[in-house]
Amino acid sequence: MSSQFSGYSADPRIRWTEWLPWVVAIAFFFLMPGYLSLGARVLIFILFALSLDLILGYAGIVTLGHSAFFGLGAYTAGALGAHTGITDPFLQLAAAAALSALLGIATGAVILRTRALTLLMLTLAITAILLEIANKWTSMTGGADGLSGVKVDPILGMFRFDLYGKTAFFYCLAVLFVGWLVVRRIIYSPYGAMLTGIRENSTRMHAVGAPVYWRLVMIYTISATMAGTAGALLTQVNQFVGLNVLGLEPSGDVLVMLILGGVGRLYGAFIGPVVYIVVQDTLAKQYPEYWYLGIGLLLIFVVLFARGGILGLLDKWLPFLRPGRSARASAR
Amino acid sequence: MILYVISVGLSVTMGLMGFVNLAHGVFAMAGGLVMSTVIARFGVPFPVAILIAAVSVALASIVLERLLYSRLYAEGELAQVLFCIGLILVSMAIARLIYGDRAVAVFLPDYLRGQLHLLGRDFPTYRVFLIVVSTCLIFLLWFGVERTRWGAMVRAAVDNRAMAQSVGINTRLLFMGTFALGSGLAGLGGALGADILPVMWSYPFEHLVYFLIVVAVGGLGSLRGPFVAALLIGVADTACKYWVPEFGAFLVYAATIVILLWRPQGLFGVRA
Repeated sequence: MSSQFSGYSADPRIRWTEWLPWVVAIAFFFLMPGYLSLGARVLIFILFALSLDLILGYAGIVTLGHSAFFGLGAYTAGALGAHTGITDPFLQLAAAAALSALLGIATGAVILRTRALTLLMLTLAITAILLEIANKWTSMTGGADGLSGVKVDPILGMFRFDLYGKTAFFYCLAVLFVGWLVVRRIIYSPYGAMLTGIRENSTRMHAVGAPVYWRLVMIYTISATMAGTAGALLTQVNQFVGLNVLGLEPSGDVLVMLILGGVGRLYGAFIGPVVYIVVQDTLAKQYPEYWYLGIGLLLIFVVLFARGGILGLLDKWLPFLRPGRSARASAR
Repeated sequence: MILYVISVGLSVTMGLMGFVNLAHGVFAMAGGLVMSTVIARFGVPFPVAILIAAVSVALASIVLERLLYSRLYAEGELAQVLFCIGLILVSMAIARLIYGDRAVAVFLPDYLRGQLHLLGRDFPTYRVFLIVVSTCLIFLLWFGVERTRWGAMVRAAVDNRAMAQSVGINTRLLFMGTFALGSGLAGLGGALGADILPVMWSYPFEHLVYFLIVVAVGGLGSLRGPFVAALLIGVADTACKYWVPEFGAFLVYAATIVILLWRPQGLFGVRA
């Protein structure tokens, strides 16, 4: 699971290939204007997967409850937009991020004392509790019907959210870009190296004097903030929140996306959601049964044979295609 | 209450073998489906159908264990969890393709339908039957694990596989058998409880959280832990839904969190 191409020891400058996703995103905007709302959805889930990658891929915190933050962010933005007069998109985003950070630090401080199955269960129970609250607190969240009529002002007073999703797409792209910068900065810092160390051998990190617990709480909070931001984006783009942002299912979805793309590597979080959502959108509507069958088989395959996900496979196969680099590959 | 029957099987695969088997519900569902099919197609009597369900699920699980599970014993939780989610998705899709969107029919024999008079009160016969059966099961299992040679071998193999192997225990065969036993029990539980927990394609996912809670609260590596936890959760959940329905499942989750924080290794866990 170790990431060969990123980390403290690597050159932190941005390589030209790292601009590719952004070029592709902008090209997508001009080439496929009919699919922009789908594109915005993909961008949101990339941000969500990126936040999960921070804690799962780098810090090694196994969680099934990351949707707690995603959902909290989504409902925060929704409640602000629907019940109070706060309709400025950035204000909603900030509020969602702040609340998610609070929840992240509060739950993280408690649950990160545990490990393995217990940790998994605690994260799951927390998102289940939030789901239960969202379901029952009808006056605030709309319950099972969802919260519709979320008002969002035009961005900077100029760009309103249009029917075709042009604004939404660029808005999400911009937020994702900021998120990417932050994550990249963390990964290439000594702090990122420390997280990887904790993942690989937490006993040894204790032994060299690293404050393991506080480092984990910190990254958990950062990740929660990002997930909450992603949730708020989803609400603003759809102008609707439903119960499907909380609970086991969205956690499982984003986990699957990340695993497909490649866990513990920056761009695994980019590839996974693209593949997952595009395939889901084309196949799932016609053949929902086959969709689950396919995604299930794929998941089993990835776990058994291709632990690095799609990017891991590329790593393995690219050297064969390019003879010049095979020497370096075999040296690993 | 049926949680208790299904969790008996889970405490074998997960509790005893230490494999985070989220896909346990799959076997339970398969048991229910097989039972219903066998009765509907071939008119087999109820007890025989249940036995067929348990045995066929156990056999199917051997195939799965050999092909897939055995590769993951040594892996971390993440790989096991992901693998199980994959298996759940696949099984849900297959169940839905074959059986459609509705719950399968359950054919209870007449002698289980009525009421039973006990100590001046009426109890539904079916539920009493369930409780009796599962009590027998848990006793048999406890006896098997704690008091027989097979049990000692399993415990040895789980504690230290290499050591067990080196004193001449065929751990591969042992794990295979134990896994089949656990899955068979799941199939049995699914078939027995089909009248209370309707068997349909979404079954493994819907009840996943409960299975997980049971095992996490009970603790890994012990047999009675998941058993006590299943009782506790079952009773708490029913009581909570009865007394304060507006809270729903809220209290169960809250209780889970509290218990896990108080004892991270579970109530009876030997390993964290």
